[in-house]
Amino acid sequence: MKNIISERVADFLKRFPPFNELHPKDLDRLSAEIVILYKEKDQQVFQENEAPHEQFYVVHKGAVILQKERQSTIVDLCDEGDIFGLRPLMANEHYKMDAVAYEDCILYAIPIAAFKPLAQSYQEVGDFLIESFASNTRNPYAKNHRGSLHGEGASPEQEEVNPVLFDLQPIAYSKKIVSCSPDTDIKTIAQKMTKKKVGAMLILQNKLPMGIITDKDLRNKIATGKFPITSKAIDIMSSPVITYPRQMTIAQAQMAMMKSNISHLCLTQDGTPNSEAVGILSKHDLMLELGNNPAVLMKAIKRTRKIKKIKTIRVRITELLKRYLAQNIPLTLTSKIITELNDACIKQVIKLSLKKMTTAPPVRFAWLAMGSQGRSEQLLHTDQDNAIIFEDVPKEQLSKAKSYFLALAKEVNKGLKEIGYAYCPAEMMASNPHWCLSVSEWKNKVSHWIGNPGPDEVLLSSIFFDYNRSYGDAELVKALTEHILHDTQKYPIFFLHLAKGALQSPSPTGFFRQFLVEADGAHKDFFDVKRRALMPLVDAARVLTLSHQIKSVNNTAERFEKLAELEPKQRELFLSCSYAIKALLKFRTKQGLLHNDSGRFIALDTLNKAEKVKLKRTFKTIKELQELIRVRFQVSNLLG
Amino acid sequence: MRIFKKKKINVPNFWEAYAAQFESMQPQSIEEIRFVVLDTETTGFDYEKDRILSIGALVLQNNAIAVHEVLEVYLDQYYYHAENVTIHGILKEDKKQRISELEALQLLLAFLGNSVLVAHHAAFDVRMINEALKRYGLPKLRNKVLDTGVLYKRTLIRSPLLERKEQYTLDELADKYDISKRDRHTALGDAYITALAFIKITMKLRKKRKVTLKWLLS
Repeated sequence: MKNIISERVADFLKRFPPFNELHPKDLDRLSAEIVILYKEKDQQVFQENEAPHEQFYVVHKGAVILQKERQSTIVDLCDEGDIFGLRPLMANEHYKMDAVAYEDCILYAIPIAAFKPLAQSYQEVGDFLIESFASNTRNPYAKNHRGSLHGEGASPEQEEVNPVLFDLQPIAYSKKIVSCSPDTDIKTIAQKMTKKKVGAMLILQNKLPMGIITDKDLRNKIATGKFPITSKAIDIMSSPVITYPRQMTIAQAQMAMMKSNISHLCLTQDGTPNSEAVGILSKHDLMLELGNNPAVLMKAIKRTRKIKKIKTIRVRITELLKRYLAQNIPLTLTSKIITELNDACIKQVIKLSLKKMTTAPPVRFAWLAMGSQGRSEQLLHTDQDNAIIFEDVPKEQLSKAKSYFLALAKEVNKGLKEIGYAYCPAEMMASNPHWCLSVSEWKNKVSHWIGNPGPDEVLLSSIFFDYNRSYGDAELVKALTEHILHDTQKYPIFFLHLAKGALQSPSPTGFFRQFLVEADGAHKDFFDVKRRALMPLVDAARVLTLSHQIKSVNNTAERFEKLAELEPKQRELFLSCSYAIKALLKFRTKQGLLHNDSGRFIALDTLNKAEKVKLKRTFKTIKELQELIRVRFQVSNLLG
Repeated sequence: MRIFKKKKINVPNFWEAYAAQFESMQPQSIEEIRFVVLDTETTGFDYEKDRILSIGALVLQNNAIAVHEVLEVYLDQYYYHAENVTIHGILKEDKKQRISELEALQLLLAFLGNSVLVAHHAAFDVRMINEALKRYGLPKLRNKVLDTGVLYKRTLIRSPLLERKEQYTLDELADKYDISKRDRHTALGDAYITALAFIKITMKLRKKRKVTLKWLLS
C-alpha cells in the first residue's frame, strides 16, 4: 500500500544501487514493506555471531560502524545509502561482525523475504550482490563475476570470507576520470587539472587510454622550455600508459607504483590498455587508504566538495588521535595537529556553505569559534559555540546584511552538526541573532557586559572572550579585541567579577581528600572533570591574562606559560598549572575516546592508582592558584 | 431531555470494540508501549465550525515505524474554507479518494485501539476529533495523550542564557533535530516528523533521568 512515507522511502532508495535498477512498481512495493528504525549513538544493530535477522539494513541518515572483535578493528563505516547485514542473510550464516550506530541513525530495515525475489528476477540486482560479496566492498560497479543467486544455499563466492587483512583489501579508486583528447593544448589541460584539483590527466582516444600527463610532465617538459606552451597533449604525454585491472589490492597497487616509479595507475576494464579506462588511482588515494597521516588528511579535507565527505575524514582524524595518545606523543603537539585538522574541517564547511549561498557576502565578516574551540582545547567532538562578526554597514542596510549572515550561519551550523559538532544547547551559535552582529553591535554588547558585570554577563564574557577567528577577516576581530582591552582597563571592577566567577567551580575533593562525584543524574558516581578541574584552571588563566592586557593567547596551557614569563615570582605555580591543564585534557580525551563522547565524566574505577595520584596532584595546584586569585583580586571584598 | 436520550442511543459496534480495549492491562515500559503518532489537517482552528480534512497516523513501538502500518485518510467535508487550500494543498476537487467523517472515525478508532496517542500541540487534534465524535453522539477519546510541544520544553537546559518560548512549532522542532520538512502540511507527513521528534525528545530526556510513561504524562 503506497502512502506518503513509503513514497519518501522509495525516493531515497532509488538514488542508490541496487535499488536504482528496480522498476518503480517493484520499488514501491518493497518500500511499503520497510520498517524505519531509529538507533541512538552506540546502540547495537547486530552482534558478531548473532543469528541473522529477518531483514537487512540501509542507512538513511547517520552512520553505522562495522567492527570485529569488540572494536579492535573497524572494518567499515556505512554512510547514507549503504547496505549492511545482507550477506549473512543470503548465505544463511551468522553475522561476522558487530554493527553499531556511530551516531544517531535512521535505518531502513528491509525484510529479506520481500527482497530475495527481486534479487532473483533482476539480473542487475543479483550481480550487484554477488559482486559486493565477492569483492567484500559495499558498492562495486563491476560486470564480470556473473553468477547466480538462484541456487539453494550459498555459492562458493559467498561462502569464503577471508579474515580481513588490511593490505589485501580492495582499493577504492577515483571513478571520475579527468581526461582529454590527444590534440588538446597544454594550457587547457593545466587549467582543467587545476580546476579539478588532480595531479594527472588521462589522454583518451575512443575511450581507450592512450597516454597520461602528470604534474611532473608539466614541470619537466614545459616549464623547463623543452616543449613550447603551444604543444599538444600528444607531444608531452607519457605513452603507453601502464594499466592495471580494477580489482587491485592495496598491496598490489603499492608494488605497481614502486616498480614503475610512477604516481598514477590507470585502471581499465580488463587490465590492458586495449579496454576502456574505468578509473585512476593516485599515490594520494593510496596514502589515504594506507594511513591517517596529518598531511594527507589535510589535503583530503581541502579537496572535499561535499560536507558529508568531511565526516568520513573526521573518523580518520579520531583514529589518528587515538594513535598519538597510545604512543604517548606530547599533548601540546597532539593538540596542535588535531586542532589544525579540526580547524581545516570547519573552514571547509564554511567555504562549502558560502558556495551554497546565491550571492557573495555583502561585506567583510569573520567566523569566530568560542569556548573550548576558541582556546584550541577541543580534541573531541563537542558542542559548537560560534559567532559571526561583520563589517559595519549604513543603518538602512543592517537588517539585510544581518539576514544574509544569519542564513549563512544556518548553513554552517547545519554543516558542522553533520560532521559531528552537536548544536549548542544554549543556542550560542552564529545562527542565533544574538550572536550574529556587526562590529559596533558587538562593541556595544561587550561594553555592556564589562560595565554591568552581573552573573549572566560574567558567564557570557567567559565564554565569548576566548573567541578565535576560524575564518574571514582578521581586521574586524582585531578591532573588537582592542575595544575589549580598552574597556576592561576602564572598568577594573570587571576583573573582580571575572575572578569571582573563576572561584565558583565546585571543589574536586572532599574533606578526606577523596574524589567528589556527582550525586545524581545520568552521571551519578562519575567524576565531572570539566566542572571540577578544568574550568577552574581555564577561568583563572583567562582573568589573569586579560588583566595583563593580553588577548592574543587563548590556549590555557600557553596562557600559563606566558604568565610564568611575565611574573617570574610565580613562575613555578604557573608552570605547574600549565602542566596540570595538559594532564587533565589528556585524561578527558582518553576517556572520551574510550566512550565515544566528550569525556567530561570519568568513571573513577577505570583509573589505576598512578592515574588517581596524578589527578589529585593537579587538584593541589588548582587550590594554590585559586588562593592567588583570591588575594590578587581581593575577591573576599566582594559581597556574597 | 433530548440530551439524555441521545446518550442512551446504541453506540455503534466499532465504539464498543474500541472502548473494550481499555479494560485490559496495558504495557508500561517505554519499549513495549504502542504509541500512535497522529496529525490532522483541518479547515481552520474553530472547534465548532471547522472540520477535519485528513488524518495521518502511524505506529511507533520501540523506536521502529512500520511503513505499511499507517493510517492516511481524506475526508469528504461539506463544510469547506477556501482560504485553507493554499496551506494544506488539499483541494476540494482533487482526485484523492474521500470517505465520510463517520467512516474515518471508525478507521481511526480501530487504528488507535488503546495506544498512547502522540501529537504536536495534541490538545488541538484531540479536541477536533472529539468534536467530530460528538456529532455522531459518541463519547470522547479515551487514550492517554502526549504532546511533543510540551515534552520538547522539558529537554531544554535551564540556563539564564537561553531564551525559552511559550510555544515551539513543529518547524522549529524539525530544524532543531535535523528532520526533513519535505512533507510538511500533509497529515501523515507531519505525523512522521512528529514521530521522529518524539523519539529524539525521549532519547534526550532519558539521558537526564529515568523516563516512565507516568512521568511523561505528568
